[in-house]
Amino acid sequence: MAVFYILLLFMIIAAIIAVETDNLLSSVICVGAIGFGGSLIFLFLRAPDIAITQIVVEVLGLIILIRATISRDRTFITGDREFFGMVVSIVIIFVIFLAGMKVFETLPTFGTPIFATVGDSASQAYISEGMQKTGATNLVTSVILDFRAYDTLGEATVLFTSIIGATVILRRKAKKLPEEPDQ
Amino acid sequence: MKGMTIIVKTISSWVKVLIFLFGIYIILFGHLTPGGGFAGGVILASSYVLLMLAFGREFAEENLSLPLASKLDCAGALLFAAVALCGLLYGAAGFFWNFIHQKYLMGTDYEFNLVSAGTIPLSNIAIGLKVGASLFLVILTLSMCCKDFKPGSTENEKE
Repeated sequence: MAVFYILLLFMIIAAIIAVETDNLLSSVICVGAIGFGGSLIFLFLRAPDIAITQIVVEVLGLIILIRATISRDRTFITGDREFFGMVVSIVIIFVIFLAGMKVFETLPTFGTPIFATVGDSASQAYISEGMQKTGATNLVTSVILDFRAYDTLGEATVLFTSIIGATVILRRKAKKLPEEPDQ
Repeated sequence: MKGMTIIVKTISSWVKVLIFLFGIYIILFGHLTPGGGFAGGVILASSYVLLMLAFGREFAEENLSLPLASKLDCAGALLFAAVALCGLLYGAAGFFWNFIHQKYLMGTDYEFNLVSAGTIPLSNIAIGLKVGASLFLVILTLSMCCKDFKPGSTENEKE
């Protein structure tokens, strides 16, 4: 348990530095440190699938962010902090903190999920019958591609639509307008 | 945009093959070991991103051009939908029915083999193709946008 608190402290410190620093590059690197701490937490929670996905997407996202910040001219953030904005954000954080305290009282204790204790829940059926029904030894894959494949279809559709939008909006040459004559 | 130093170019020309092979391994063994289509596809995309960072955007675009990448993206989406539709056409159980496993492999000793789990490896390959091509397209279009960026204008900064 202690390792989770150490990693959470590391992530919180990295998040504070990422917000507070003036240099864009060090801010991006601190965001990457948060992601790596998260992937380590997933690894200690014995979820290697999520850990692999987290670390890989983190590396790629870090490269994109560094690429996007370095190629710009302005790598430093200038300007004064607004007093009103700071007060509003502190109040909102305090309200969310109070709501979170209320919510955390109702949650089951850490490490004993409610699906593990209730007898005939869906995840119990996945664990006991998943390998026999799908033949996949990696139960995570059998859930996301067989039992819950509609979720994967929706995720793939979201990705596909966003890529279509990005390639259409950010392309260099616009297509010819219909009233323009052919050459 | 002409690329980095010769040290980076040499190392990345050796390493890119290993990264690509590792991505293929993660995709193909997704139903046996941790990993799967999404993580493997991101690894495949990152090998091309390494090429783009080391050798410049033009070199990466010669290897995998933008129309080809978008065609691969569409092919992955189509393959995933086709696997789902095959379950609908093949039997009465419906969309996303794992027909290969339920019809042919059920009850046999196929667990822990590479050829097992029915349609799950096919879906993994489709998702991997789709995610890899999509993320490569994102970085390609963003780098094209960055190249046209003028320091005076502020319109291109919102993304």
